[in-house]
Amino acid sequence: MTPEQCSELALLIQADIDGELPAAEAANVAKHVEACPSCATLQQDLLELSGRIREIRSPTAPPALKAAIAERLGAPAPRRPAAGRRAWFAGGLSLGVALAASLLVFAWLPKADMAPDVVVAAHIRALQPSHLMDVVSTDQHTVKPWFAGRLPFSPPVKDLTAQDFKLVGGRLDYLPGQTAATLIYQRRQHLIDLFVWPTPPTPDKAPANGSREGYNFFRWQAGGMTFWAVSDLNSQELAQFANAWR
Amino acid sequence: MKWPFGVRTSPATETSERSFRDVVMPHLDSAYALARWLVRDPHLAEDVVQDAILRGLSYFASFRGGDERAWLMRIVRNTAYSALAARARSKGRPVSSYESLDDAAALEVVDPGDDPELALIRQAERAALEQAILALPVELRECLVLKEFEELSYKEIATITGVPIGTVMSRLWRARRTLQDRMLEGASHDA
Ligand SMILES: [Zn+2]
Repeated sequence: MTPEQCSELALLIQADIDGELPAAEAANVAKHVEACPSCATLQQDLLELSGRIREIRSPTAPPALKAAIAERLGAPAPRRPAAGRRAWFAGGLSLGVALAASLLVFAWLPKADMAPDVVVAAHIRALQPSHLMDVVSTDQHTVKPWFAGRLPFSPPVKDLTAQDFKLVGGRLDYLPGQTAATLIYQRRQHLIDLFVWPTPPTPDKAPANGSREGYNFFRWQAGGMTFWAVSDLNSQELAQFANAWR
Repeated sequence: MKWPFGVRTSPATETSERSFRDVVMPHLDSAYALARWLVRDPHLAEDVVQDAILRGLSYFASFRGGDERAWLMRIVRNTAYSALAARARSKGRPVSSYESLDDAAALEVVDPGDDPELALIRQAERAALEQAILALPVELRECLVLKEFEELSYKEIATITGVPIGTVMSRLWRARRTLQDRMLEGASHDA
């Protein structure tokens, strides 16, 4: 066999040591390796490397993390660590708020009037540093097309800069029952999440506005879409936002 | 009429909560290990796992069964990538070496039956190999880690990473060749 053919065999030899080859093909590889010193060396090297890699101990989840997740998932914690337990959310969220958010997440499903809790929980979740925005742009003509192809509906996007609500980006939120297009606006240091999805055939009976866990929300419907604005902005200014939008 | 899939006709109840727990709990070690190898930072890895659990809960209503571990690992992997992107935006500092994955490694007691000198050399080699893995490009590293430590199949790795099986194979190949080169370099450097 020529060296070119041998180099084509490389991925097969690798697949063989990875246990991916059916018996017949593995037998063919074995037959070739037996007769070909360079492929035999390759196989030997791969096996040796694999063996050495597996001597490294891959990390396991810290007990405190396991306990926190078990507890959060409603099971009796296997062991409650005395110390060293990390707050659930990094970056400026108090543990209390974070736990409240987690409780909301688990409480939302059974009741129809939990929608405010769902959107508030999604808002809090989004405040984590790693999940604020999927598309960062102050330009509605960038944000709107971003949703196209990612969603079966096209959310309206408005520029409210003139009303002092700056568009800063958007993201997708996977809420129970539907995916929301979320637009993010900013006033001063306050972020406003505007969740948008098509109005379902059976309209929800959620209140038009209120607050949960210190976050205010406004809900309205227009053009076949349901809107939820959620923010830590005071309710007066959030009402301004809702009115500017409507 | 029989539904082909587990269609949920009533609002999810306690059962679905428990089943989410059943999906998650057995795979926490794998989830954390993947996060740790990908983000290379123990605290960020914890955040990633927690964030992934939350996301998983949101997605869970749409989970239609199948390979639970691969499903969870895919969420962990995507969450880790978001975390890496967020960190790159905020810092972007170049790193020359990474915190050891094994917090106990430094304290590991040498087996008295072993030649102590040989044991030390092997330990140093292991540490060097670990650093070489951590220095791999993330898309090569994830394939290698899922194969060698999680012992997943090419198909499962393809599902988790969202690339075709052929790409998984070539990434694994490149990862291994890179490690072999690094190890050879290290050996000749020491000599
Ligand atoms: Zn050959």
